[in-house]
Amino acid sequence: MNVPAYNFAYLNEQTKRMIRRALLKAVAIPGYQVPFAAREMPMPLGWGTGGVQVTAAILTPEDTLKVIDQGADDTTNAVSIRRFFVKTAGVKTTEVTEEATIIQTRHRIPETPLTEKQTLVFQVPIPEPLRFLEPRETETRKMHALEEYGVMHVKLYEDIARFGEIATSYDYPALVNDRYVFDPSPIPKFDNPKLDNCPALQLFGAGREKRIYAIPPYTSVKSLDFEDYPFSIPRWEKPCEICGSRASYLDEIVTDDKGGRMFVCSDTDHCRKQKSAA
Amino acid sequence: MTPVLSIEGLSKEFTLHQQGGTRITVLENVNLDVMAGEAMSITGQSGRGKSTLLKLIYGSYKASGGTVRVLHNGAWVNVAGAQPRDILRLRQQTIGYVTQFLRVIPRIPAIDIVAEPLIDRDVAPDVAVGRARDLLARLNIPEKLWHLSPMTFSGGEQQRVNIARGFAAHHPILLLDEPTASLDEENRSRVLSMIAEARAAGSAVVAVFHDEEERRKACEREVAL
Amino acid sequence: MSALLSIERVSKNYGPRIGCSDASFELWPGEVLAIVGESGSGKTTLLKCISGQMEPTSGKVRYSTRAGREVALDAMSEAERRFLIRTDWGFVHQDAREGLRMGVSAGANVGERLMAVGERHYGRIRSTALDWLGRVEIAGDRIDDSPWSYSGGMRQRLQIARNLVTAPRLIFMDEPTGGLDVSVQARLLDLLRGLVRRLGLAAVIVTHDLAVARLLSTRMMVMQGGRVIETGLTDQILEDPQQPYTQLLVSSVLQV
Repeated sequence: MNVPAYNFAYLNEQTKRMIRRALLKAVAIPGYQVPFAAREMPMPLGWGTGGVQVTAAILTPEDTLKVIDQGADDTTNAVSIRRFFVKTAGVKTTEVTEEATIIQTRHRIPETPLTEKQTLVFQVPIPEPLRFLEPRETETRKMHALEEYGVMHVKLYEDIARFGEIATSYDYPALVNDRYVFDPSPIPKFDNPKLDNCPALQLFGAGREKRIYAIPPYTSVKSLDFEDYPFSIPRWEKPCEICGSRASYLDEIVTDDKGGRMFVCSDTDHCRKQKSAA
Repeated sequence: MTPVLSIEGLSKEFTLHQQGGTRITVLENVNLDVMAGEAMSITGQSGRGKSTLLKLIYGSYKASGGTVRVLHNGAWVNVAGAQPRDILRLRQQTIGYVTQFLRVIPRIPAIDIVAEPLIDRDVAPDVAVGRARDLLARLNIPEKLWHLSPMTFSGGEQQRVNIARGFAAHHPILLLDEPTASLDEENRSRVLSMIAEARAAGSAVVAVFHDEEERRKACEREVAL
Repeated sequence: MSALLSIERVSKNYGPRIGCSDASFELWPGEVLAIVGESGSGKTTLLKCISGQMEPTSGKVRYSTRAGREVALDAMSEAERRFLIRTDWGFVHQDAREGLRMGVSAGANVGERLMAVGERHYGRIRSTALDWLGRVEIAGDRIDDSPWSYSGGMRQRLQIARNLVTAPRLIFMDEPTGGLDVSVQARLLDLLRGLVRRLGLAAVIVTHDLAVARLLSTRMMVMQGGRVIETGLTDQILEDPQQPYTQLLVSSVLQV
């Protein structure tokens, strides 16, 4: 290979330092949104530019990278980001959750429990959980500073009033370390319990919004709810039609134009392991 | 006998800024003592300041000079010069005032208008409403009107609601401005007996009557302006 | 007993222009004070300065808390001040859209303050909201409707319910009946009068409508050109106005 025209993992070292400083601050104040000077990346906004910059800032040549999109390793977004890091950093990649040291994800947390040796990097479209109710950024920052989180329950109240239950099924707000309400990115609420007391470090990058936040290992993450409408996760009537798993998050796949459909694991790695074990 | 109301050197002058600053002197150097339980009528031709005097005592008008001292809970308070909140306290407990016309509050039923002065004194609502019922019945307001706003009542009915309100709570000083003006014979005599009862309960009465005979029936003393 | 709110020489300048100048008064528990004056007289500026929405250029605003402690608004931390404002105080805007959260249902609008002070039981929040909608004469079956579907009068009543749900001790109102039909105004006014009397609320009401002041307030303050020119009992100001401007104001009221 010729001398590359760019630094290891694409970003220059100054930029990485800037991002790492933001990451350190984010880890020090769990759930707090740290502003950072997000760079233009060679991919469109909304394709995970925040997550890619975080990954680039923490990646070392010894790391093994896994990239998932909606739980799958083989979708366009996941494949292109994986190739990006293969090309710019030359790191090993894997589809097996246990083998990865860094997992960049869009919209899922792997079914396989994570370990202290792993770091999970989330791609975040909108980091501000209060924005739905309060569009002014100056005001939401103040609300975070003063822990004025009553409005978050207004959103949940609306759900119950309209649908008879908390119908928010993804992007489900939670309280980190008993201090900051945060937006866990559009993961299904099925994954919210995995955020809590997780052994792995969890980092969140929002490229367009230029924000970074983090949940350090073994940090409390409580999903918001009401006393009489406690937080609950969805269950499916049928198991995964490929591996038979009853404990994983299922995607609905339309198989023809006659109404045919099947429910299968969204986590492709988990599904494959379950199937081969069976 | 000790006075409950003592007026000294009271004068009232209006400055009409809208009319080139014209000054009109209505009262000049009025001196007056009213004893507890005494009934005094204020006489004088129209425009001599009878209602003005009542309003000065009640604090609706600002005195231009002199003092209006009222015995309130054993202490003297000068209405001319008192803080608004002190005057409000005086009105709640010491000075009652039956005006010539009822100021109707939209949508508030007659019974509540009458009971209000008692409610303001923290009297239990059922006791207050009971008293209001007695008074309205006595003044011949048909029961079917009690729960309606007096907005649509006749002038005489409105005036009787107004009187009932004025007599609902006991006041050591009662100001009456032509209380019987628009009433028929029967209701007039009922109002006169209510005045007598208030006096028997210790109220001093300062009244303006149009009718000379009623004035004589109700009051033993006259002061001409 | 002491004053609930003490205003001491409050002034607000907008650059070289005077918003309001040197206003002082005390408000006691249960008192209703009306601030009247024409547009531009500084009454809304004064209201904003004393209700913590705007910082006065000079002067002091002191409040006596439920615990009996007197606090100066500018000496409180922002967290304390905001907590006070959303629990002990209420603010009714002239335009209900400013005071309501238009994107959520009526029930959520009423319930928000409860959730803000830590209520986490949906059933209780909802029954309290229903109770309050009833008190402001909004049918219970409108609880899940958006305020956009409400009439102007209903929105204003909803705004009042939203403010009163935490049982505040002091409520500020800026032209609460402005922009409403006369018949709707009357209904709102006696509703307000009833609530204020029954709950023993203290209130400061800014209005240019003397009928509103007459019906709701016990005391009045007349402003002109940013200054307080006359104060007194409401009936005294209306029946025996002293200042030329006040006389003009009172004589300009149309009699019907």
